[in-house]
Amino acid sequence: MSILVVENLSISFNQYTESLKQKNVNVISSLNVTLEEGEILAVVGASGSGKSLLAHAILGILPNNANISGTISYDGEILTAARQASLRGTEIALIPQSVNYLDPLMRVGNQVRNSVKVGDAVAAQRKVFERLRLKSGVENMYPFQLSGGMARRTLLSTAIVSGAKVIIADEPTPGLDPVVIKEALENFREFADNGCAVMLITHDIESALTIADKIAVFYAGTTVEIAPVENFNGDGEALRHPYSKALWRALPQNEFIPIPGSQPRPNNLPSGCLFAPRCPIATLECELAQPEMRELRNGRVRCIHAT
Amino acid sequence: MYMDMVGRQQTTLPTGNGVNNVRKNIGVKISKFLLMKGLRMLTLLFAICLISFLLIKNSPIDPIQAYVGADMIKVSPEQREKIAEYWGLDQPVMVQFFSWLSALLSGDLGTSMIFRRPVSEIIGERFWNSLVLMLTAWILSGVIGFVMGVVSAMKKDTWIDRIIKWYCYTLASTPTFWMGLLMLIVFAVWLGWFPIGLGVPTGVLAEDVTLADRLQHLILPAMTLSILGVANVALHTRQKLIDVLASDYVLFARARGERGFLLFWRHGLRNVALPAITLQFAAFSELFGGAVLAEQVFSYPGLGQATVEAGLRGDVPLLLGLVLFSTIFVFAGNLIADMIYYVVDPRTRESRTI
Amino acid sequence: MIPGLKIGTKEEKVKRFYLNRRQKTLLTIVVATIILLSVVVGGAMLDQERIATNLNERNLPPSLKHLFGTDWLGRDMFTRTIMGLSLSMGVGLIGAIGSTSIALVLGMVSATMGKMADRLITWLIDLFLSVPHLVTLILIAFTLGGGFKGIVIGLMLTHWPSLARVIRAEVMQIRSAEYVQISQQMGKSSWWIAVHHIFPHLIPQLLIGFMLMFPHVILHEAAVTFLGLGLSPHEPAIGIILSESMKYLSSGMWWLAFFPGLCLLIIVRTFETIGENFRMLIDPTRANEK
Repeated sequence: MSILVVENLSISFNQYTESLKQKNVNVISSLNVTLEEGEILAVVGASGSGKSLLAHAILGILPNNANISGTISYDGEILTAARQASLRGTEIALIPQSVNYLDPLMRVGNQVRNSVKVGDAVAAQRKVFERLRLKSGVENMYPFQLSGGMARRTLLSTAIVSGAKVIIADEPTPGLDPVVIKEALENFREFADNGCAVMLITHDIESALTIADKIAVFYAGTTVEIAPVENFNGDGEALRHPYSKALWRALPQNEFIPIPGSQPRPNNLPSGCLFAPRCPIATLECELAQPEMRELRNGRVRCIHAT
Repeated sequence: MYMDMVGRQQTTLPTGNGVNNVRKNIGVKISKFLLMKGLRMLTLLFAICLISFLLIKNSPIDPIQAYVGADMIKVSPEQREKIAEYWGLDQPVMVQFFSWLSALLSGDLGTSMIFRRPVSEIIGERFWNSLVLMLTAWILSGVIGFVMGVVSAMKKDTWIDRIIKWYCYTLASTPTFWMGLLMLIVFAVWLGWFPIGLGVPTGVLAEDVTLADRLQHLILPAMTLSILGVANVALHTRQKLIDVLASDYVLFARARGERGFLLFWRHGLRNVALPAITLQFAAFSELFGGAVLAEQVFSYPGLGQATVEAGLRGDVPLLLGLVLFSTIFVFAGNLIADMIYYVVDPRTRESRTI
Repeated sequence: MIPGLKIGTKEEKVKRFYLNRRQKTLLTIVVATIILLSVVVGGAMLDQERIATNLNERNLPPSLKHLFGTDWLGRDMFTRTIMGLSLSMGVGLIGAIGSTSIALVLGMVSATMGKMADRLITWLIDLFLSVPHLVTLILIAFTLGGGFKGIVIGLMLTHWPSLARVIRAEVMQIRSAEYVQISQQMGKSSWWIAVHHIFPHLIPQLLIGFMLMFPHVILHEAAVTFLGLGLSPHEPAIGIILSESMKYLSSGMWWLAFFPGLCLLIIVRTFETIGENFRMLIDPTRANEK
């Protein structure tokens, strides 16, 4: 059963434009994602496509000037603000991207202990540090003393000790050396194998492919395709959306062809399909309305031409 | 950011042992730090001695006239010369300076012309009065200001935040002496709760002054300074806490289910308290300035009042002594502020070890 | 790095704040300037006779005829207050201009003339910051024998250090910018660089620094005059009015102290408001700093 279902999620921010008129700028529009227990879903997209906001929306920690529509349900129940508050850190855990997310003036051991919801916090923290091969001295260190790998493992520990069933990892790989990345990804696999649902938010498609079960391709604030990882193969003919295909072909080990043009800015989105201006197979029809997400060959796609 | 992390890996990479080594090094580091600070202080003090001395020597006020006062007409030129010789005023300026300096080093600040007593004695005695006043105001304004700043930041953009902000900005523009006058009008004249002026009752010997008397004369000036002193700490704390609440680590703490007072207690307080305390110590200069004005308004017999008296009546030795003393006072505050960062903040305490 | 988007929203928030404030800010500046100008003009226009001794109208509490009451010589306190404020602003203006100039020169020299100059000026800044402002003012006023000259020079010499620090930092930052480096490599003289590249960038900081310094200068002037070391008792200064009023407090003449002080507070607060709003307008990136 799907543990977390995001349906038609839109996030916009009130913004004043030059003329002093208020404008609602959509940063995420009609987004759909489904998370299964025991599965890793990688949300892949370029920087600036609104991926982090998805994580913040699920946890209910968006800034105050954000407007949200659509529904998020957890374990079959629609999330309200109060329920989100009670799930944060107990059922759903976030693994942030860098050491900046740790309190600079608190010893890291204490920060991990603060995440323990039941039982002996000190014992739980030591156990998890041992498991992640962090030396005993580390718990007395301050965040600025941690190396990149140690910081990652510390952040991971906060999620492990919380006992959450859903783990959302936000950009867990940049700035790390390949060995640490591999280790981090293995940790996520372990989570999933223990029955957790993992959402991996990243722009690093190569790492995502090595570990994920499903890939959600994110473009300009929405998912254009959700595909099983096996579809990313060959020259990408199994993929459904032209953007996914282009993204796959742009990888260095494939054809390394960059996609012409650039992602539209949130305050200047096209009226029809968001990818239409850059799409090689776009027709007049594409510019009329944004296509709905539809089921196709064991995946989902948001393109009227996809077969 | 990537570069930053790489850099950090290469330079520190602390292990369990590293932390212990740091502890051993810290004593050496602090003494070195103190030594440097001390040297700097000495150069500054020397310069201040020289500059103030030269300034005062070039002032149009005739020290002999200031000493003799209204009886000047009765003083004959011969007597005048004798006084000048007695004070060493017939020597070249630099000779005078060095004789003053060497007396200073042996602990002799000279004799106050208006009080006819050693300057060090007067400063010592008045310092206690001022210290009680300044300490009271310092603690009160620090604590109240900090709480106001925290409340304001936690309730950002609500009416309570607006009121606190408006109040603080207004306080920052309020003349200290006028606030003192208002206090006098309300509490001494209208309500009659406190005497108007004078640190101790007139006609009572110093030994007979009771603690209650002293307290009664302390309350109004201390209140004046406390009311005005909160503005700086409150605004600073507010801004700092707003920054902290918008930080990534608070976002992550919220993602882990922390909120409200617990969030402030765990992450807000420790990141805001240090800057606030440091700011309070670094504000000794304003504190002293405020004390000068408040003491003048309330005729409180402290250092500030002595400074004004010395300036008005041309008491050169006392003025020089007070300039030096206030400098040391301000320096002590700054030194403590630096030390707090050095000793308490783990980022400076435990880094740069290798 | 994801936060491309997150940073974007933050910028938008600041931008919104800034634009939202812009009209308000401009309005505040205009209103405040009008208030200040009317005080200055009023101070020059007001009838001298109203502050002539008039023994028939001594010690009157505030009334419609005498808004702020009259003093023990029958002088109209409202007129005295306006004149005092006008004088305070004049003294404040000279002091603040002088202090800003010192800050500009020392800040520039410190950042451009090499290590020794920098050390010397940093040391000088420390020197001035290590004696309480008010004590320095008393010392200087004492040396120059008080009066107008003493207070103005004192004010000039005491308010520059923090602005000089800001300018020093700013100049250093501009100097390390690429276009300045390139100019240097092209063999432009340091004077040319200072005039064409550095000075234009300093103008906003200078203006803000000046506007925020102004109220402090006025307050310090009033304080020193109140202590009896500033302007002479013959001048209609606020500090003098308030120090004289102390003698009459016990006889219940509260209006002698209350209104002049309140007006001084309002004027200083108005300047402070203009300065803060100015900062918002010119320098939105620092709008959130204290």
